[in-house]
Amino acid sequence: MLTEIENLEAQALAALAAAAGREEVESVRTRYLGRQGVVTDRLRSLGSLPPDARPAAGQALNRIKNAIQEAAQSRRVALSRAAEDAELEEGRIDVTLPGRGQRAGGLHPVTRTLERIETFFRRLGFDIVEGPEIEDDFHNFEALNFPAHHPARAMHDTFFFDDGLLLRTHTSNMQIRVMAVQPPPLRVIAIGRVYRCDSDLTHTPMFQQIEGLVVDEQANFANLKGILASFCRHIFESDLDIRFRPSYFPFTEPSAEVDIQCVICKGAGCRVCGQTGWLEILGSGMVHPNVLANVGIDSERYTGFAFGMGAERITMLRYGVDDLRLFMENDLPFLRQFSGGG
Amino acid sequence: MRFNERWLRDWVDPPVTTEELAEQLTRAGLEVDSVEPVVASGGIEGVVVAEVLGCRPHPNADRLKLCVADFGGEEPVEVVCGAPNARAGMRAALARPGARIGGGVKVRRARIRGIASEGMLLSMRELGVGDDHDGIIELDTDVPPGTDVSDVLEFDDAIFEVSVTPDRGDCLSLAGIAREVGAINRLPVAGPAHEAVEPTIEHGLSVSLEAPEGCARYAGRVVEGIDPTAKTPLWMSERLRRCGVRAVSPVVDVTNYVMLELGQPLHAFDLHRIEGGIRVRRACAGEQLTLLDERTLELRPSTLVIADRARAVALAGIMGGSGSAVSDATRDVFLESAWFSPSDLMGEPRFYRLNTDASHRFERGVDPTLQRVAVERATRLLLEIAGGRPGPIVDEAEPSYLPESAPIPLRAQRIERVLGMAVPGDEVSGGLERLGMEVSETGHGWSIIPPAFRFDIAIEEDLIEEVVRLAGYERVPSVEISGIVRPGATSETGIPVSRIRRLMVDRGYQEAVTYSFVDPELQSLLDPEVPAIPLANPISSELSVMRTRLWMGLCRALVRNVNRQERRVRLFETGLRFRRDPAFRARVGDVDGWGARGRDQVADVDQERCIAAVATGPVLPEQWGSAARGVDFFDLKSDVEALLGLTAESGRFSFAPFEHPALNPAQTAAIRDGGEVVGLIGALHPRVRRELGVPAPVFVFEMPLASLVRARVPDYAPVSRYPSVRRDIAVIVDDLVSAGDLLAEVRRSSPNILYGFEIFDVYRGAEIDSTRKSIAISLTFRSDSRTLADTEVDGLVEGIVAGLTAEFGAELRR
Repeated sequence: MLTEIENLEAQALAALAAAAGREEVESVRTRYLGRQGVVTDRLRSLGSLPPDARPAAGQALNRIKNAIQEAAQSRRVALSRAAEDAELEEGRIDVTLPGRGQRAGGLHPVTRTLERIETFFRRLGFDIVEGPEIEDDFHNFEALNFPAHHPARAMHDTFFFDDGLLLRTHTSNMQIRVMAVQPPPLRVIAIGRVYRCDSDLTHTPMFQQIEGLVVDEQANFANLKGILASFCRHIFESDLDIRFRPSYFPFTEPSAEVDIQCVICKGAGCRVCGQTGWLEILGSGMVHPNVLANVGIDSERYTGFAFGMGAERITMLRYGVDDLRLFMENDLPFLRQFSGGG
Repeated sequence: MRFNERWLRDWVDPPVTTEELAEQLTRAGLEVDSVEPVVASGGIEGVVVAEVLGCRPHPNADRLKLCVADFGGEEPVEVVCGAPNARAGMRAALARPGARIGGGVKVRRARIRGIASEGMLLSMRELGVGDDHDGIIELDTDVPPGTDVSDVLEFDDAIFEVSVTPDRGDCLSLAGIAREVGAINRLPVAGPAHEAVEPTIEHGLSVSLEAPEGCARYAGRVVEGIDPTAKTPLWMSERLRRCGVRAVSPVVDVTNYVMLELGQPLHAFDLHRIEGGIRVRRACAGEQLTLLDERTLELRPSTLVIADRARAVALAGIMGGSGSAVSDATRDVFLESAWFSPSDLMGEPRFYRLNTDASHRFERGVDPTLQRVAVERATRLLLEIAGGRPGPIVDEAEPSYLPESAPIPLRAQRIERVLGMAVPGDEVSGGLERLGMEVSETGHGWSIIPPAFRFDIAIEEDLIEEVVRLAGYERVPSVEISGIVRPGATSETGIPVSRIRRLMVDRGYQEAVTYSFVDPELQSLLDPEVPAIPLANPISSELSVMRTRLWMGLCRALVRNVNRQERRVRLFETGLRFRRDPAFRARVGDVDGWGARGRDQVADVDQERCIAAVATGPVLPEQWGSAARGVDFFDLKSDVEALLGLTAESGRFSFAPFEHPALNPAQTAAIRDGGEVVGLIGALHPRVRRELGVPAPVFVFEMPLASLVRARVPDYAPVSRYPSVRRDIAVIVDDLVSAGDLLAEVRRSSPNILYGFEIFDVYRGAEIDSTRKSIAISLTFRSDSRTLADTEVDGLVEGIVAGLTAEFGAELRR
C-alpha cells in the first residue's frame, strides 16, 4: 500500500517536472489533487482500509499531497521565470549601437566667446546693448571727439554710403547712444558687428567687438585696471600677467592699450606674440570730458571709463585658431569643433 | 616713424640696452613695432678701410682696373675692380680673402682675367647694406686704413619702427623721440647746434601770406651757386636709408634730413623756376598743378597752394610741383620752411590721395617756432655738402593765426580722482617740466603751459595722462570696481537671445556668421523686390550691398558646404537686415531698447534684428534604423513652432500660404503674429536652387527677433480631477480646404470642455474622391466639475461635425 503511494508521488512529480506550461501544471495537479483526483480519491477511501493500516496510509497520502502541491507551485514559478527569461532574450539589443534622432549643432565660436564675456559682465551689473550698424557720422565719430578729417579717422578705414551714412567702425557709437538717453550711474556692454574697409590675412572687413562703459561718481583708472585684470583672468582662466601702456583714442584720456602675457608661450616669446611675450588684446581709457560734454554729462561730477576689444582675436587665442578667415567661411567641419559646452 | 638708434643716441644716450630702450618707448606710448639690426648679426666681418694707392687698367679687360690698396697691413694688395669711381687716393672698403660680407658670404682669393685679386672693393650692395650699386663705397679720407668698416659706418646699430599715434605729431622726428627718451631717463637732450648762417648775398624772395588761417608762418632763403655735381656724404645717405628715405641729391637729401631730425618738412624750389615772389593762397577755380610725381591735379578752391606771380608751384604742405622742382643742373635754390595749420590741411591729402611725409607731419601739427631754425640747419648742411652763397632769411608770420599755448589748470585732487592714485607733487611738476612744459604752482595744484610742439595738450585730463605716462601705468593699482549696482532690466517675459540660439542648436543647427554685405547678384536672386543699400566704397563687388534678408549669407555658406561634400546642412544666423524705409520710425525703447531683439533706425535705414535658417539634405544625420528622409517644410515649421513656443503664446501666431519670388509658391507660408506678417518660411524656388547649384530641396525661414520678445508669464489654472473622454473623427473635405481653417472652425465652434484637439492623419487615396482628402482629428473633452456622460460627448461631437459640414462641406468618414 505504502509503496503504491510512493509510486503515485513519483508519477505526479515526474508529470509536473515534464509540464511545459502553467495549464499543464494545473491539469497534473487536478489529476492528483483535484476533487476527482487520484490522491483525493485515496484519502476519501481511507475508511475502507483496515484500521491498523489507516494512520500510516493517511500520513503518507497527506505527505505526498503536500509534496505535489509544493512541486506544482515551484514548477509554476520556474515556468514563469523561464517565460520571462525567454521574453527578455527575445528583446535583447546591441547596446553599443548609436542612439537615433536629431543631433545637436553648435554655436559659432565667436558667439561662444561673446556669451562668455557677456556673462562675466552681467554678474558685475552691466546691461547689454547691441544697436544699429548703419550709423551716422555724429555717433560714430563726431560725438566721440573725432573732428572732421582728423588723422585719427584714418585709423578707421570706413565703409560709406552715398548719403554720408557709414557702417560703424566700432561699437563705441553705443557709448553716445546710451549716454544720450540714460543718466549715470551706467554700466553697459555693447556688443556686435563692426566694419572696416580692410581685408588681408589678419583683417576681415567685418568683425565683432565688445565694448564696456562705466560712468559714475567714483570710476577711476585704478578701477579700469581692476576690472580688466579680472576680466582677462576670467576669460583665459589663467593667472596671466597684464600690461597697460599709453595709447591714443580720441574718446578717452588717459588712454591705455592692454597687453596680456602671451597665452601660447606664457611670456617666453613665440611666433604668435612676435617674440615679445605680450599680446595686445584691448584698448581702453577714461572717457574724454569732451565726450561726456557732448551727451550733457557733467565731467566734474561724473567720470567714466571704457574699453573695447575684438571678439575674434580673443576667440583665436582661447581656442588656438590660427586663421581669422575661418570665422567667416562657416565650413561645417570647422564649426562642429565648437559644439558642446554651455 | 622709423629711425636708427645711433642717431638717437647722438642726442641722448641713456644707460640702457637696445631692448630696454624699446621697452621704455613702448611703455611711454610710442609703441615699438620692430627693432631690426642694421646688419644681421655675424653678417659682416673683416671688411676694412683701404687707401687706393694706385689704379691702372686691367691688361686683359677694358672695364676692369687693378687697384693697389693699402689696408694698414705690411704690404699693400692688388685687387681687381670694375667700379667706375675706383681711383687713386680714395678710401674704399676692402674685403680680403676670409672676410665675410652681405648674407654671410665669405670672400675668396680669385683670378679675374688672368690676374689674381687679393679680395674685393665693395659697393654698399655688395657689402650687404642697402641697394646702392652705382660704384664702390667712398669713405672719408681722414679714416686710417685698416679701420674696421663696421665701425666707420656704425653697423652696430638698430632700426626702430615706432607707431606714432595721431596725437603725437611731435614725435615724428629724432628731436621728438629724443625729448621723450630724455624725459623718461631724466637726461638732458643735446641736439645739433643751431647757429645762424650769415647771409653772403642779398637776394631774397618776397613772401605774402594771403590765407593766414591756412599758413600763418613762412620762412625761406635763397642759396645760390651750389655745386650740382656734389654728392651726399655717406653718413647722411646712410642715416636717411636707415630711416627709410632714399637718397636723391644733396638738396633733396638735406631737406629730408632736417625733416627727420627736427620734424619740420622743407621744400626746395629751383630759384629760376619761380616767377616773382611767393604767394601762399587758395587755389583758383579750375586751377591745375602738375606734381613731382607727374600727376596733374585739378585743384578745389579750398586747397592751399604755394604760388609765384603766375601760377601754383606746390600743393601746400603736401607736395611740390614738377615745374618748380630742383634738377641735376640746379645751382640756385629757394628753401621753404612753412607752418600750415593742421585743421586747415586736414582732409586735403586724403582728398587728393596724397599722403606724403610732409602732409603726415603738418596734419598732426608741426612746432610753429621751428621754421627759422630748420632753414638755418638746412642751409648749414647744404653749404657743407654743396657749397653755395646764402641769402637773408625771409620769415613772414601772422602771429594771431599761430596756435597759442594757454595755461591749463591741473589740480592734485583731480589727478587722484581720475587715476585712483595720488602722485607726489614734485613728481608731477618735475615730470611735466622734463616734457618741456612751463609749470607754476597754484593753490590746488599747478598751472601748466604746454610747449608749442605739443598739439595734444588742451585740457586737464591731457596733463593727467602725461603724469601717469611718466609715472608708468604699472604704478596705478588694480582696484575692483565698487559702487551701486542697479539690477539689470531683466524681466521674466524677456526671452534671452542665448536661449533662442540654443533652441536652434539643440534642434540640430550650426550657427553661422556671414557678412552683412553681400553680392548684389545673390541679393537680387534671393530678394529681388527689396532694393538693397549699396556701399559707396565696397571692398569687392561680392561684398557691395547690404543684405535685406539673412538668407544671402546663409545660402552662400550652404552652397559652399554642399560643394564640400556636406550632404546635410543646417545653419542659422542672427543679425540685422537693412532696408531703406522712410515711413518706418523706430523709437528708442520701442522694442528692447538697443538690445539684442531691437529694431533700430538711423536716418531712413530700418535695421531689424532677425533669426533665419537654411536646411538641405536628410532631416536626420545618417543613422541606422530610421528610414533616410529629406528635410521638408514641416520639419522646418516645427523648428519655427518651437521658437514661437518660447513665447508660451503660440496661439498668437499663424501660418498662411504666401508668395515670394525666391520661394516655391506651393511650399511657402507667411508667419503671422496676430494679423501682421512677420516672417517667411518655405522652400527655395527650384529655379533659384538650380541657379545656386544645390541638388536637394532647400528650406529657409526668417523672422524678426522682436516677435519672440515677450513670453507669457505662467498663470495657474486648477487641473480637473475628472476623467477626459477622447473621440476621433475623420472628415472628408475638398483638397483646397486648409487644415488651419478646419482647426480654426473646430476651435470656434467648441464648448469650453473641449480640452484639446490634434490632427493625427491626413489621407488621400483609393476610397476617396481624388479632389478630396480625409483629415482625422482627435477631440478630447474634459470638465472641471463632473464626469462627462457619453451621450453628452456624442452631442458635442455632432455639433462640431455639423459646424465643419456647414462651413466646408465636410462629410464624416465612417
